[in-house]
Amino acid sequence: MIMEWLNALIQGTLLGGLYALFAAGLSLIFGVMRLVNIAHGDLIVLAAYLGLSVTTIMGLHPLLALAVVMPTMAIIGYLLQRIILNQTLGDDLLPPLLVTFGLSVILQNALLETYSADPQKMNAGALETASVSAGGLTLGVLPLLTFAIAVAVIAGLQWTFYRTALGRAFRAVSDNQEIAQLMGLNRRHVFGMAMALALAVTAVAGILLGIRTSFDPSIGGGRLIFGFEAVIIGGLGNLWGTLAGGVILGVAQTVGAKIDPGWQLLSGHIAFLIILAVRPNGLFPRMSG
Amino acid sequence: MPDQILKITDLNAHYGDFQALFELGFEVNQGEVVAIIGANGAGKTTLMRSISGLMQNASSQVEYRGQPIGHLRADQVAALGIALVPEGRQLFPSLSVEENLIIGGQIGRRGPWSLDAVYKLFPILGERREQQSTSLSGGQQQMVAIGRALMSNPDVILFDEISLGLAPIIIKDIYAALPGIIGEGMTALIVEQDITKALSVSSRVCCLQEGRISLTGKSDTVSRAEIARAYFGIE
Repeated sequence: MIMEWLNALIQGTLLGGLYALFAAGLSLIFGVMRLVNIAHGDLIVLAAYLGLSVTTIMGLHPLLALAVVMPTMAIIGYLLQRIILNQTLGDDLLPPLLVTFGLSVILQNALLETYSADPQKMNAGALETASVSAGGLTLGVLPLLTFAIAVAVIAGLQWTFYRTALGRAFRAVSDNQEIAQLMGLNRRHVFGMAMALALAVTAVAGILLGIRTSFDPSIGGGRLIFGFEAVIIGGLGNLWGTLAGGVILGVAQTVGAKIDPGWQLLSGHIAFLIILAVRPNGLFPRMSG
Repeated sequence: MPDQILKITDLNAHYGDFQALFELGFEVNQGEVVAIIGANGAGKTTLMRSISGLMQNASSQVEYRGQPIGHLRADQVAALGIALVPEGRQLFPSLSVEENLIIGGQIGRRGPWSLDAVYKLFPILGERREQQSTSLSGGQQQMVAIGRALMSNPDVILFDEISLGLAPIIIKDIYAALPGIIGEGMTALIVEQDITKALSVSSRVCCLQEGRISLTGKSDTVSRAEIARAYFGIE
């Protein structure tokens, strides 16, 4: 009996890694340019479909397809930012919200036209069913791998943010766009780089999502909500907090599902609402250096 | 005949419907230190913003080494060698002292200024290099702001109200450091409310009044009465 609950706890933690990957790009973009990207979930789904195309056309394993999908998504991100999203940024938060909402609708319909509404799934072969046993618990290799990748991605983002010239530029532009411009930083380019990095992370999230479950063009909104909840639980602008937020959300869902399978999503949302009510700034607000 | 480095011609600057500068024109020669004085709202900061590219104008209204730059963005102007120490310091709070300086130097222009040179000028910054910039006192923050501008090895440096909000003793220190900065052959424009300070460090003074130049003259010959007239517009 205890083992079953422990199992739910661990499965939830591992699931939280995937949610943290949904959230990391969202968090990065909001942190650097105060842009709330409503199309983020659909971009995750786009990455999954790109992965599907690459695996079927080139016959690659989905994880190897990342070598193609990550740079593709990064380029899409840079161009999207430079051509469209930069024009919407200003003192008002509403234009980027509306434009990314529109983008979300366009993406969903374009995916529907291209790939149809049939649920698809990427085939990762033996990886999907492989498992390891430890102390009476059986853990899937894929969830373990997903969590390890999530930790590595968050650590990589953290390092980029605090140890590289690009990260310094992100923080400077986030602090004060005008003065950053005086330092020779073109904020439009810096924003483009931030979106490129965010969508590269989205590519990882999309591929892992597509291996784990079946997907169709309409599921982006749900992924966006999970991402948002993880970001808010963890505290805006704190990357490790985002991982913690993802884990809390994942655990709440699996524990809820353990009580009653119908409660899975609801208990995640309830956990989010409770934390929002008790700690409106999230559990770990502000940047941690 | 000294080389002209900066030329402002018929500069009209607007904030929406409000016109802040009216057909302003003046020239600055290489190596010159010009004090810009004037009452609040006279257009001093607007002039700084126009030169540095934070406000864009018609291209020919600001010329740098004979090249029109009025239309360029601030990052493009900075790359040409014009740096601004902004009013109110405006450091990056998320960056440490050293990171603030490094980001000032990332344009990559060659010259005498480096982290070591800035720490030699302001030793206290070397001791506090790892601290968040917001944890420093106002005077130290101003040193970071000046160091940050120097790190780009500019040919022209613009100081906007560097003594604003600082204790007199700190202002004295900062002004004591200025000759060491400007002595490197740099051209400087200094916006300053304290007229005595402004005259003491500059070779020429330029007074603005309601968006127009009301007086220009050599700092050591211009009389107090002339300045008072140009400053307040009283005859």
